[in-house]
Parts: sequence; C-alpha cells; structure tokens
Amino acid sequence: MMTYDELTATAAEEVSRQQRYPHCLRVCMAAGCLSQHHDTIKTALEDAVKAQGREDEIQIKGVGCMGLCAAGPLVLVEPESVLYERVAPEDAPAIIEALGKQPVEKLVCPTDVPFFERQVKVVLENSGVIDPENLDEYIAAGGYEGLNRALTEMSPGDVIAEIVRSGLRGRGGAGYPTGLKWSTVAKAISDTKFVICNGDEGDPGAFMDRSILESDPHRIIEGMVIAGYAVGANRGFIYVRAEYPLAIERLKLALRHAKRNALLGDNILGTGYNFNLEIRLGAGAYVCGEETALMASIEGKRGMPRPRPPYPADHGLWGAPTLVNNVETFANVAPILRRGGDWYASIGSETSKGTKVFALAGQIRNTGLIEVPMGITLSEIVYEIGGGTSNGRAVKAVQTGGPTGGCIPETYFETPVDYESLTKLGSIMGSGGMIVMDETSSMVDVAKYFMEFCMTESCGKCIPCRVGTAQMYRLLDNFSKGCATEGDLELLSQLCDLARNASLCGLGQSAPNPVLSTLRYFQDEYLARMIPAEPVIAPALDDPAS
Amino acid sequence: MRNRAEVTLPSDDKRWRVVEATMRRNGYRPDALIETLHTVQESFGYLDNEALLFVSNALRVAPSQVYGVATFYHFFNLKPQGKHSCAVCLGTACYIKGTGELLDTIRETYHVEPGETTDDGKLSLLTVRCVGACGLAPALVFDGEVMGNATAESVHAKIEGYLSDDDV
Repeated sequence: MMTYDELTATAAEEVSRQQRYPHCLRVCMAAGCLSQHHDTIKTALEDAVKAQGREDEIQIKGVGCMGLCAAGPLVLVEPESVLYERVAPEDAPAIIEALGKQPVEKLVCPTDVPFFERQVKVVLENSGVIDPENLDEYIAAGGYEGLNRALTEMSPGDVIAEIVRSGLRGRGGAGYPTGLKWSTVAKAISDTKFVICNGDEGDPGAFMDRSILESDPHRIIEGMVIAGYAVGANRGFIYVRAEYPLAIERLKLALRHAKRNALLGDNILGTGYNFNLEIRLGAGAYVCGEETALMASIEGKRGMPRPRPPYPADHGLWGAPTLVNNVETFANVAPILRRGGDWYASIGSETSKGTKVFALAGQIRNTGLIEVPMGITLSEIVYEIGGGTSNGRAVKAVQTGGPTGGCIPETYFETPVDYESLTKLGSIMGSGGMIVMDETSSMVDVAKYFMEFCMTESCGKCIPCRVGTAQMYRLLDNFSKGCATEGDLELLSQLCDLARNASLCGLGQSAPNPVLSTLRYFQDEYLARMIPAEPVIAPALDDPAS
Repeated sequence: MRNRAEVTLPSDDKRWRVVEATMRRNGYRPDALIETLHTVQESFGYLDNEALLFVSNALRVAPSQVYGVATFYHFFNLKPQGKHSCAVCLGTACYIKGTGELLDTIRETYHVEPGETTDDGKLSLLTVRCVGACGLAPALVFDGEVMGNATAESVHAKIEGYLSDDDV
C-alpha cells in the first residue's frame, strides 16, 4: 500500500531525474495541435536530437493544451520560456541547433502579450506544463495533495464547508452553488450513492472540457474522489463524448495509474475509503448534457430527460441519490482543497467566484482556450485577449452559452462576465463557448442556425420542444428568405414564450434564447426581411359563396 | 450474472468475441447496452439487424428497445459505411467560417447527401456537431483525422484522392 508520502517521494525523484536535462522542449499534444500533424513534430524533434548527439542534455516532452490554438502547432523551450509557433517538422533541426543560443527568430511567438498576461490559471494550471500521461508529474505539481488532505485531516462535512466557502458554482452553465448541491446529496439517506462527471460537452464552439481531460485527466479523478468522500458515495461515472477519442484514451490510462497507486479503488491512500470510477461513452446526443437524460444514457437507455423534481440529489441513477457536476467544476475541486476555500473566493466577482475557462472561436484573431477571473469584461476578452477580429472587420456581437445561449451586441461589451450579468443581457454563461461574429454576420441566419440545431437535437419527448422548435425554425426560415409577414413575427414571439415556459428540460426551455436575444438587439434585421403587409380584404357578408 | 455458455455467438467471426468480452466485463447487465453497441460498431463498422438481435438476446433487452437506442443516438450507423468517410463539422465556429458552403459544394460535386454513401461505396458523407476543433475552423474530419483551416481546394484534393483509390 502506497502512502501519500511515498508517492510524493517517487514523484520528486522523477522530477529531479528530468531536471538533469539542461534543456526541455514541451510539445503540445492536445487534439487541436495533434490534428496538424503534431505527432510527427515530436518525432522530428527527437530525431534531430539524436542526429546531433544531444540525447543527454535535451528532453522532449509531450504536454497538454497551451491555449493559443490559432498559432499551433506550439513548442515551448525551457528554461528560457521561448514559445515557438506554427512549427513544422522541417524546423526541428534548427530548433535543436539553437538551444542555448539565440532562438529561431522566425518561429518565436511573443508571450508578453495580453493573451498570456491577462490569464489567471487555476483549472488549466497544469495544461501545457505537465505530461498528461505521467502521474508523477501531476503529483509533483501538487496533485492529490487536496485528496490526501481531505481524507486524512477532514471530515466529509469539513470538505463540503470548504467548497461552500470557496463560492464555487457549477460550470456546466446554470451556476448552481456546488457546495449546496454536495450537501444535499450528503444529507440524502441511502446505502448507495453515485457521483457523475458530465463530460458530454455538446455545445458547438465549446472545447474546454475536452482540453482539460486531454491535458490533465488526474485533476478530474481527484476532484471526483474528493466529491465521493464528501457526499458518501463509493461509485462514480465519467460520461464522455465518443467524439473525443484522445480524451478517452488518456482518461483510461489515468484511471489505471490512479488505481495502481491506491488513489482510486479500495482503501484509498490507506484510509479505508473506497471509490470506484468507470468511463461511459456518449453516443452523440446533445440532450444527454441534461442531467436526467445523461443518467438515462448511463443506464443504457435512450437519453430522454424526465421532469424534475425529484432532483438527482434525491432520486438519480438507478433511483439512488446522485451528484452530477461538470468537468470544469470537478477540475476546480482539487485546487480548492489544496489552497483553501478563502483563496479561491478571493478570485472573481462578488457573486461569481474563481475563474472560468472560455473557448474563443469564430471571427477572432487568437482562437483558443483562455482562463480568466470572473468579472472581466467582454471587451477585455474580445479585444485585448482575443486580439479583435481575424479579418480586420468590426465586431458585431459575441455569442455565449452555445445553441441555447444568446447574442450580446458590441454596445454591451463593458458588461462584466458573471452568471447574473449575462442572464440579465438575455444570454447565459453556459459551458463557456464564445463565438465572435463580425459585421457581415446575419443575426437572423445565426438564430436560424441555432434553431435548426435545437430542432434536430430535440429528443421528442415533450411537444413544446418537439413541435415548437420545428415551427420556430419554419418561421425563421421565412425571415431568412425575406418572405416573413407581420403575423410571423408575432407568432415567433408567442412560440418563444411557450417553449420557454412549457418545455420539459433545459433544451426546450432555452432554445428560444438565440431568437429572443437577436430580436431584442437586432430587431431591425428581422424587420428588414419582412414583406410589407398586404391590405386584408374581408369577404362581403352577403357573398353567396360563403 | 450469466456465464458464457448461455450466449451463442452468431458466427465464428472473431469480432464477436470482442463484443462478448464487453458484455462479460459489464456482467451482461442491460445497462451495458450502449457500451456493447459501441463495441459492435467499432468491430463491424455498423450495426445490422443480426447484431442488434444478438445483443438484445444476450443482454435480455427487448429488440424494440435496442433498436430504439441504436436509432436515438447519432453516433450509431445502421447502414454499412463507405471505404472512406468525410465528416463536415457544422458546429457554430465552423459554420460561421463557411462549412455550410463547403458541404454544399461536396453535395453538388460528388452527388452525395449527408448520411449517404457514393454509389461506388468509396465515400460516406456525414455531418457532425462540433468536433471540438473550433480553433482550427473550418474543420472537416477525413477518416478520423481532422483537417483544419479547410478550403474548397484542400477538400476537393482529399476527396479526389479517395475516389481514385481503386482498392475497394
């Protein structure tokens, strides 16, 4: 049985072994960069090291996402902290040659820019730093310290109190206080309880969960074991999209390593606490991101939601009390336990504590993944960190919260990003996708695009969502073709109201958001696509035909 | 929990043993249905009626329910797929950067609709909702490999390469 001290000792040995190399090259091995043949870049660098006979002084390390996907493939040279961008396999010999001398000028990516300087890394602290397939590196970076502290020094109640103190709120979108959710599950009386990690990241434009799972999988395992201990559960499931093969592979490896080192399974760290974790694969259904649908899917059924209450905290997986949290929420747990809830609460805004990871995409220069403190303004994100549009055109709006979020126009960019402010603007925080649109984007088409998404993804269980989304799509199509009438506009608002209030789950309830937010801020675009109303000719009363 | 002797494999095809291993690992519980279907599709490329009935018997789940699950989830194919696949990402970031137009050109040039396979069985055209490669938009996935920053030229070159591949 390994104790925590033994684990940290082994980890320290591994780190000092690595530090014997005067140079270290970190190569991004996350899916974004890998798809640009980054695997061949790592091999090319290794070959170049061999060719120059410098195996003893240079270490080549595969790491997770470094964030700036737009400039990928990325390679970071340590200890100089020189970042190379858009590296091609042919550049390898020159990069190796330049180690300890002047860096290769044409490949250098400046790191003293707002994109890097404005970020605050909690969730992504290890991303792009450690090798995600190496447990020792995670432990050496403070990994499993939070779990050890929770299991050896704290009662389950203390753990929950720490989470409550941190002010952490659910990162899946709704922003429900995590500590409150945990204590509800902890209070439920049952022999069997479950912990579920929702990794069914279905929002198009959001890829932070994928990146966390690929870059730092042990962080999720640690967060889930801590949660299991706090709520009194002994079994857990990680539900991951099947579309993320690399994340699944790394997660499986991490589970094996954790089990072998007594960080998972029976008698964790010799404390007598047992927790087993299984991976379940999604199969491409957006609605499974909804917690009750997700549980149905884990049970091997169609992913259809059911009414709440009863909430999963009382009646969840196979009827047992179940804690469901998002990947990013679990990723925050270990640092909170390690550094304390007060430290976490010191970051962020009054109502929204901590940091949030956003995926910047669309017409923006610096596409990629960023982590910023809550309360930062949209203009800081879009202009300073994102660098404005990629094509020099003016920014028109930013779409947050995925297909069920809303579009926020440029005039509101000074709004701080937190749960309440975004809701007030008619959008939602959602999982953290931010799609930037320039002045050429048609808001009607954007709304139609999202409605088509919701229409095809509706599970069909409740009528307001199944029929409502189809009818709203038909009306939006009229606008898009420029043949909408006054009545269409009225009907559209009525249907939005109906779907929002009468749908069974979050999908149908928030499907009108893109329409409502674009109607609110860009109504002129809708009006411009209507045909002028024709005078209504009433049939004469004495018409024999009637 | 049931033992192996009770489950008769449809044929000697070794791939059925892989499917069976998944069911055994899950104790032949009905909740292993989706996991099992994943394995079938991984091994055979798609789910045919024989496979669905076999899984239904082995896990003691009604055939209607197995069919319901197989058709509910987009990831499962009930038809054999072409030799190569081209999946067009219609996630927001890709859509804004023009994958809708790319999809239209593919449909018109190669006479194939999303979800269908070309008559010669060489290419299946699919659409997907966000592959998480938004940083590389517009993105397409060819045989499981992401092509980022795609253009009409790069897409055509790739597909022409597939169609001239005579080793079907």
